[in-house]
Amino acid sequence: MTDAPLLPLFILLTSLLASPVLFALPERAARLRTAINLGMAGVKLALVAWLSLKVAQGVIYDLRFEVLPGLEFKLQADPLAILFIALSAVLWLITTVYSVGYLEHGPHRARFFGFFSLCVAATVGIAMSGNLFTFLLFYELLTLATYPLVIHRGNAEALRAGRIYLIYTLAGGLVLLLGTLGLWVLAGTTDFVPGGVLADVVAQNPRAAQALFVVLIGALGVKAALVPFHAWLPIAMVAPAPVSALLHAVAVVKAGAFGIMRVVYEVFGIETAQALGVTAPLAMLAAVTILYGSLRAITQDDIKKRLAYSTVSQVSYITLGVALASPIAAVGALAHLIHQGLMKITMFMAAGNLAEGLGVKRVSQMDGVGRAMPGTMLAFTLAALAMIGLPPLAGFVSKWYLAQGGLAAGQAWVIALLLGSSLLNAIYFLPMLHRAWFRDAAPEGAGAPGRPRIGWMLAAPPVTTAVLVLVAGGFANAPFSPLEWTRFIVAIEYQE
Amino acid sequence: MSVELSPMILAIFLPLFGAIAAFIAPRAAWSIGLATLAATTGAVIWLARDVWAKGAVMLPLGGWGAPLGIDLRADGLSVAMLALTSAVGFLVSIAALDSLKDAARQRQYFWPLWLLLLTGMNGVYLSTDLFNLYVMIEVIALAAVGLTVLNGTRDALRAGLEYMYASILGALLFLMGVGFVYLHLGRLDFAGLAGAEVSGSLIAAMALMFVGLALKIALFPLHFWLPAAHANATAPASALLSGLVVKAALYIVLRLAQYMPFPSETLLTLVGLMGAGAVIWGGIQALRAERLKLLVAWSTVAQIGLIFVAFARAGEMGLTESWKAAALLILAHGVAKAAMFLAAGRIKDEIGHDVIRDLDRAPIRPTLAQFTFALAAISLIGLPPSLGFIGKWSLMEGAMAAGYWHWVAVTMAGTLLSVAYFSRVLTAFLRFDRVRAPVGEHQGWALADAAPLTLALAAIGLGLMAAPLLSFIEIGYPFGVAQ
Amino acid sequence: MTPDLIYGLCGVAVFGIGLVGALCAQDRLRRVLALKLCSVGAGFLLVVGAWRTPPATPDPVPHALVITGIVVMVSATAVALALIRRLQSLEADDER
Repeated sequence: MTDAPLLPLFILLTSLLASPVLFALPERAARLRTAINLGMAGVKLALVAWLSLKVAQGVIYDLRFEVLPGLEFKLQADPLAILFIALSAVLWLITTVYSVGYLEHGPHRARFFGFFSLCVAATVGIAMSGNLFTFLLFYELLTLATYPLVIHRGNAEALRAGRIYLIYTLAGGLVLLLGTLGLWVLAGTTDFVPGGVLADVVAQNPRAAQALFVVLIGALGVKAALVPFHAWLPIAMVAPAPVSALLHAVAVVKAGAFGIMRVVYEVFGIETAQALGVTAPLAMLAAVTILYGSLRAITQDDIKKRLAYSTVSQVSYITLGVALASPIAAVGALAHLIHQGLMKITMFMAAGNLAEGLGVKRVSQMDGVGRAMPGTMLAFTLAALAMIGLPPLAGFVSKWYLAQGGLAAGQAWVIALLLGSSLLNAIYFLPMLHRAWFRDAAPEGAGAPGRPRIGWMLAAPPVTTAVLVLVAGGFANAPFSPLEWTRFIVAIEYQE
Repeated sequence: MSVELSPMILAIFLPLFGAIAAFIAPRAAWSIGLATLAATTGAVIWLARDVWAKGAVMLPLGGWGAPLGIDLRADGLSVAMLALTSAVGFLVSIAALDSLKDAARQRQYFWPLWLLLLTGMNGVYLSTDLFNLYVMIEVIALAAVGLTVLNGTRDALRAGLEYMYASILGALLFLMGVGFVYLHLGRLDFAGLAGAEVSGSLIAAMALMFVGLALKIALFPLHFWLPAAHANATAPASALLSGLVVKAALYIVLRLAQYMPFPSETLLTLVGLMGAGAVIWGGIQALRAERLKLLVAWSTVAQIGLIFVAFARAGEMGLTESWKAAALLILAHGVAKAAMFLAAGRIKDEIGHDVIRDLDRAPIRPTLAQFTFALAAISLIGLPPSLGFIGKWSLMEGAMAAGYWHWVAVTMAGTLLSVAYFSRVLTAFLRFDRVRAPVGEHQGWALADAAPLTLALAAIGLGLMAAPLLSFIEIGYPFGVAQ
Repeated sequence: MTPDLIYGLCGVAVFGIGLVGALCAQDRLRRVLALKLCSVGAGFLLVVGAWRTPPATPDPVPHALVITGIVVMVSATAVALALIRRLQSLEADDER
């Protein structure tokens, strides 16, 4: 049926096998480490490109083996998985370059890159999980792999943040275990199937199905930072900039959002979920999170915290699009999975550059930084404008589809929500841009002139992702653009 | 009467002769020990192949046959326990080569005691009658006490004596139960038990035997001797005691439940409640422990509790399936706990102490040992894809399907507690701001880390092989023949 | 009351006395002795199991078991005593 049936496994192994090698490398073998990192990231990108082509041609990948009687470890490469893998492959490469530059002389690099690879492997595993059981395995692996990254600095503050992070995510993982078991006991399978596997259960025992939905969404909502489970995210900002970038753009919050997608579309099935009456409350929860995150972002002076609250808000667009139960909104949600990743990673890397090059960590110190670091700030500005939803940038495309979807689903309040949210986005992003470009640097402030010293490995990545933001928005209708791929997926999930 | 060479006989007598040889020739003890272990492992593999091909195998010793003579029997469960014992034992032995290299006196006694212990454990796993089991658990007890006091420190001796009292008392309670069974049935072989009617004296016998075994297993609230004994022993001894020795008595409980008609739902619930008490109390004490090895020992108390929760998870009706969840947890704990104790010993050796509060002040970080500790913790907490996770999954699955939500809740509480107490240690590994001297993170790599690391990786990897493992354990239908 | 019942109850009683001692005694030697009592009690019970109303001959199996039990207990006692002695000499060193 296919010429390389193990392709998904190889993609998983590129980063999974890189990890122990990176752990074992001595601290001083920096060149070799970088070579392995970039080499593996490059190989993976190529494999993912190959896999995407194959999947677009209709090849089906399905690897499985039995772990317990009837219970399988299952990897599959469906279009939804490809969407997420492609994002992680591209951003892994870019973030690796950035991390190498960022940590150039820092301690514990062997450990850092080992866990970094493991984290990417977990993300890929989450994307390709063919059932909730496999998803759970990688979901927990992700928690374990990110924890040492969050507390990388190894000081009291980092450990405190790490503890909170661990409490939230492991408790979420435990609840997910409960939900997975519940699904297994109720339905006798945990497979992800377009249209869902719970139609019978819902018919016979709607209460149990509702409880299951609450448990699963609650568990995934922890990583997706849905209110009221979001508190760990701003606290986890003590992590080094590349980690924050990865956490916000690809790994942790996205794993949660992606899981919500799988659960709504392929465990319950969108029609069943709607019939069960659980999508509307989910949409409300997402709406509350969107507004709450934005409101909290306004008052944050710490740049990374402001970005973190913005993530809380932005990631919930994805959940909102899923919960609206309209194919058009789903297109917006899926596209936003990619778009938000590109925009947020740009901003975090730019923020990292400000801290590294100029020592600027607070919004109030940002006066005049545009002149000091024009490239970085240009990238930041582009991403911020995209977040606000300026056409034709990437964020606009997602919001447009979400709004259309809201209308199509007869939920006109979504338009108001999106307008309000965009307004709030503008309220917390525009002052940053204003300070950066239109104010003079304070004479002895942190943004004072003097050439900032950042190498190309720090400077290039945010610019690259900013260009991607531009391309993803401007060429949204080109083949293999995120948006086009998204339409392909939605056709499957809505079984059209 | 022909003498047939059987792997079962080899599995019991090879270690016995090895023990004697190692005692007579202390200088060559380590080579005798390793050779014996390798040979015993070979015998177990041979036996495993037999069982895999033919199903359960039976061997009447000396051709007498039950009820008068002594029978040996091996089915999937006993072979799994034998395999656990020899595999873990072999790796612990390799680790012991390094960790005892500077202690001539300890090295001299370690090998004979450990081989004697192996004899007793293999004997338990192959026995088919109650009296034989009694003799074997006494052999285990004496050897295990010897291992506990091996390093000769005062704390170890006190803990060892306490362990001795508990162990002998447990064995005598068991013997009393055996006496009742004989009074009632006039025979002691499993086959005789299987056909028995439930009656008052049989229940009394069962209760006596269970209490005796619970003392040896250290099931809450009879766990008082375990933390001190396991924490004060030398690291390879702790690994054997915690990983393997308590499993022998646990195995007997599984066997008794298989052959003796289980008295009632209420008693099973009581067993589960004792397990739940152990999970909670062991967890709380582990949170309060000041020393690394004491924490690990308390976690054993909690984990043993979890095994009993698994046993009781779906009530009397579910027992035909529940024993498998318990067996998975037994195997998982055996592998992971041995790895963890060895790793803890390595950390203590490298850093020079095992005070948890001061672990993060150490300028030396034995990275590989810490990594091993973390992997073992993953399995003990029950995070995927470890064998501990699969065991926990089976436990919760059965409890949920039977509607016994309280056991689900206990398991989840135990998981959270174990995360809490293990993260006390793991965060200390990753903290660096309290170190005054420059940190040498890659110091302390040693070949000695190979054995614990292998064990820890096995604890994680075996989880993905749970399906074949389960189908092997079911060979001979340990819970099907009763009736 | 038949003799075997009297013997049996005696066995249980002796075991019980031993049990109380093993759990409650403070002194190390006393606890060892208490354990010995337990083993004697269990032995009693097994011997009773061998009793058959004459003229039937007694069952030999329990006797074999009791002898084995005695041997096991002797070794256990030896180990316990050795431990106690060692501990006492260590503690005596402390006090000096």
